[in-house]
Amino acid sequence: MFKKILIANRGEIALRVIRTCREMGIKTVAVYSTADRESLHVRFADEAVCIGPAPSKESYLNMAAIISAAEITNSDGIHPGYGFLSENAKFSHICEDHGIKFIGPSPEMIRAMGDKATAKSTMIKAGVPTVPGSEGLIDTLKDALKAAKEIVYPVMIKATAGGGGKGMRIIRSDEELKVEWDKARAEAGAAFGNDGMYMEKFIEEPRHIEIQIAGDQTGKACHLSERDCSVQRRHQKLVEETPSPFMDDNLREAMGNAAIKAAEAIRYEGVGTVEFLVDKHKNFYFMEMNTRIQVEHPITEEVINFDLIKEQIKIASGIPISGKNYYPEKHAIECRINAEDPHNGFRPSPGKITTLHVPGGHGVRVDTHVYAGYTIPPHYDSLIAKLIVVHQTREEAIDKMLRALQEFVIEGVKTTIPFHIQLMQDERFRKGDYTTKFMDDFVLK
Amino acid sequence: MELKEIQELIKFVAKAGVSEVELESKGFKIVIKTQNKAPENTVTYVQAAVPQAAPTPAAPAVLPQAAPAVPTEDLSKYITVKAPMVGTFYRRPSPDKPLFANVGDELKVGSVLCIIEAMKLFNEIESEVSGRVVKILVDDASPVEYDQPLFLIDPS
Repeated sequence: MFKKILIANRGEIALRVIRTCREMGIKTVAVYSTADRESLHVRFADEAVCIGPAPSKESYLNMAAIISAAEITNSDGIHPGYGFLSENAKFSHICEDHGIKFIGPSPEMIRAMGDKATAKSTMIKAGVPTVPGSEGLIDTLKDALKAAKEIVYPVMIKATAGGGGKGMRIIRSDEELKVEWDKARAEAGAAFGNDGMYMEKFIEEPRHIEIQIAGDQTGKACHLSERDCSVQRRHQKLVEETPSPFMDDNLREAMGNAAIKAAEAIRYEGVGTVEFLVDKHKNFYFMEMNTRIQVEHPITEEVINFDLIKEQIKIASGIPISGKNYYPEKHAIECRINAEDPHNGFRPSPGKITTLHVPGGHGVRVDTHVYAGYTIPPHYDSLIAKLIVVHQTREEAIDKMLRALQEFVIEGVKTTIPFHIQLMQDERFRKGDYTTKFMDDFVLK
Repeated sequence: MELKEIQELIKFVAKAGVSEVELESKGFKIVIKTQNKAPENTVTYVQAAVPQAAPTPAAPAVLPQAAPAVPTEDLSKYITVKAPMVGTFYRRPSPDKPLFANVGDELKVGSVLCIIEAMKLFNEIESEVSGRVVKILVDDASPVEYDQPLFLIDPS
């Protein structure tokens, strides 16, 4: 078992890791930039090392400084948290080279899932459903019609060099394809100087449902059920819940087994998440795998009564997983509280927190690194707290979340609490009837 | 000295909170060392003022560092050279060579002050000012962190 772990991160996740290490009797080392001198994770750790100035590139992304800090403190493990270097294969490798255990997967595992094309082909080989698509580029309209027949309408034609929606079309029939093919090609050629096109199945009314997995050093993996993260704004998750209101036992079994296959295909070590898109017919397709702990991990912890960080540390020290799969016994929701102004395009609102009252009571958990008097630095992301509630039923969990949000006082900066309060009273959300398109139609009062 | 007197002395020293007492008299010498650390040896690394509202559980142990002695002269006229990186601070190029900089040495811009070793690479830290070395704030072969004060230089 580890004697001392260095946490290569900041904010609420650094505190989260420190807490579990404390419970396990493992010494902790916090690293911090000059902007984070007053941060809670620095105070709570047993030791703290300043590793650089405020910019992430020179501090939290500075591999040399972090390894150096681990060396001078004699740390035998590094926990990378999420973001920053957590999915950096080079960093995982450097830790290996310096005899420090990276609490996460090997560089090869990170690479296998980091590259979209490699990940997709690995999944196809493993028998995990992926978004059906053309093999490589499509040259002629004739080839396009053939591909569409195989993939089955509706399909998306996309520019290979593309982005920003240019050269992209949703096609629902042969007639439509005949009309749009040349136009899309021309658009792509004009926008990117490359009119290469490929085709993918268009997932209708997709839901973002991810499966938590854990894999140990023997290559065995298990799943810990799903999280529904469909409420997103510009691909940033705002709210997560488990179980998914769209899930049923059969779908969970099928997706869970697919996620295990994905993990075992690369002999994955650590905790990770396999993200799927699920259409209205309950077909699910592999989207990507996150080879790290996720922001929303607490909701899984609450419904299963499990410490995922502890599991990460145990796996990294060679302890095998239990081998069972885990199923939700309650309902949990997480609201990400960001220092952003929801009435002004969610623009970041850093500054000093003058008053803070954190909600409490039965079934309420707050993971936060802020305190009254703390100044939120402008250099990092805007997440300041995660409010998690758990109860027997979904409806009660929503009511509890509303109550807790109304009790949550943060003054001095703007936060997204008003947005979440409105969301918890939204009819569609309460019905559980939402997809990734939900936020497109949501209007903040 | 009687045994009882020695026992009383030991109790007294322990209660007084000192770390070491040496007593010498005709015919005997007694040295008593305790676990107590004298307050002036306890170092809080964090330079910034601690805000009162912040919750503070057990104070974290920080990197061991020689406590900067408080001189009676005005410090503000000196330039503090701070560590530009994390690593181990060395005052010599190698154990058998002389020190890079001693108190009283005159420096030019570019004079090598010390080495900070990180990941087996030895980085020479050069002075960005010219002046006289007033004080060396870190012990040889100690770990240092980013921005840690290393030297006080008098630029006048």
